[in-house]
Amino acid sequence: MDISLKHVDYRYQANTPFERLAIEDVSIDIPSGVYMAIIGHTGSGKSTVLQHLNALLQPTKGSVTIGNHEIKALQKNKNLKTIRQKVGIVFQFPEHQLFEETVEKDIIFGPLNFGVSETEAKERARIALEQVGLGEEILDKSPFDLSGGQMRRVAIAGVLAMEPDVIVLDEPTAGLDPRGRKEVMDMFYSLHKERNLSTILVTHSMEDAARYADQIVIMQQGKVVKKGTPNEIFSAPVELVEMGLDVPEVVRFQLKLEDKLGFKLEKIFLTIEELSTAVTKELSRGVRL
Amino acid sequence: MMDKMIFGRYVPADSMIHKMDPRSKLLIIFLFVCIIFLANNAATYALIGIYTFYMLGLSRVPVRFLYGGLKPVIWLVLFTLVLQLFFTKEGALLYQLGPVKIYEEGVRQGIFISLRFFFLILMTSLLTLTTTPIEITDGLETLLHPLKRVRFPVHEMALMMSISLRFIPTLMQETDKIMKAQIARGVEFASGPFKERIKAVIPLLIPLFVSSFKRAEELAIAMEARGYRGGEGRTKYRELSWKNADSLQMALLVLLTILLFLLRS
Repeated sequence: MDISLKHVDYRYQANTPFERLAIEDVSIDIPSGVYMAIIGHTGSGKSTVLQHLNALLQPTKGSVTIGNHEIKALQKNKNLKTIRQKVGIVFQFPEHQLFEETVEKDIIFGPLNFGVSETEAKERARIALEQVGLGEEILDKSPFDLSGGQMRRVAIAGVLAMEPDVIVLDEPTAGLDPRGRKEVMDMFYSLHKERNLSTILVTHSMEDAARYADQIVIMQQGKVVKKGTPNEIFSAPVELVEMGLDVPEVVRFQLKLEDKLGFKLEKIFLTIEELSTAVTKELSRGVRL
Repeated sequence: MMDKMIFGRYVPADSMIHKMDPRSKLLIIFLFVCIIFLANNAATYALIGIYTFYMLGLSRVPVRFLYGGLKPVIWLVLFTLVLQLFFTKEGALLYQLGPVKIYEEGVRQGIFISLRFFFLILMTSLLTLTTTPIEITDGLETLLHPLKRVRFPVHEMALMMSISLRFIPTLMQETDKIMKAQIARGVEFASGPFKERIKAVIPLLIPLFVSSFKRAEELAIAMEARGYRGGEGRTKYRELSWKNADSLQMALLVLLTILLFLLRS
């Protein structure tokens, strides 16, 4: 399912003294099956963009097309439920949305709301739980008795059980330890590949964006300032640094190394593996240490 | 949806009323609520009306916000008006339609009582529109200080008030966030049959309760960690200062009271 934002503006608390333009003239195309990262600092408007992706917010100007639904400014919308079933959102700290007595009931809550039968929903719950790396034995436990990391996974399972075509992730690893971080990110990546999901990752981590995304959108003060593939984006790292943005550690390392050793590699590398091969090759060609 | 709640909210502006000491504002509102009952004829009501609108003008709060404060109570005002119209049976008969009789005194009472409501609401919303919640709490704490003699826990009350006021925006944000998360999971808060809508509140309330309790505990620990041990010997960061404007406004209110006594019938 394709999603596209065309010249979208969003104003919070319009017509009050607290009015604030959160995003301005944002145009983003998200073709089906893509892994896109939206990066920006706190307050750059990335979370506001995210909420347009399944019509939680309606643009105050411009339009958003989700599949064959078009959501325009100042227009009443119907049948938003079908959109919401197709576009699953994992909010920041999703464990805060748990409320049921048992893990199973919480996971099937979404599917049941979208009219899935109870037996089917329970089957989906089992599959989703496995996908997030938890065992069936916790199905009957109360979600509030689980550890923080487990709660997060249950909440994610609740979104996966809706079987969306598009999954939107808002800082899914916030507050997790480095290992949990990698596990969760790898899990989403394999889901993205296996189910051919469109994945939209909203994050401030350049590392994650460089590692997983096919396309990157950089936002600053409510505007899209840069769009492209990771290679395109990070090929001009100095420019990024000047914009006050971070570059992945690998890139930073490469720049420092080039500076120190006085050579230039043929391009910017985004993973440690690629970089180390390139550096070894360069060094074996002519040692200038 | 939370964005539209303006009732009872502080509107920043640079005005004389905004700069006044919260103690004098609280006193003025309290006395105003008392003396408004002195009014009993056209002249006194007009006087109170002039005073109210003068204060509103001084505050420079846009009319839109005052309207926002009035909207929720407008039905109550209309209801009392109708009640007075139909059930007061004094004075000359003005109009009759079958069993419904409207008397002169009914019209008079109806209009007066509605006006009284109207002025009261305007003045009390003026307090919340021009004073931050923290100022109101500080003001109340100082004004109620004498009650300490009778072992009334003034400081604790004020602390409770400021904590709850402090967490209203947080709670609203949290509500908004959880609501959106549940909408994304297919809950419909705004449509569907009534029974379904009531049921839809559960996935909102439970997470809110859970997070509020957690937050309360964290706050208590954080306060203890910073050495909080009640109000004994505690000094204040924000000191209240009584200015000329405060004395002037108090004098104006006293003048109003005297005039009301002179003009009432």
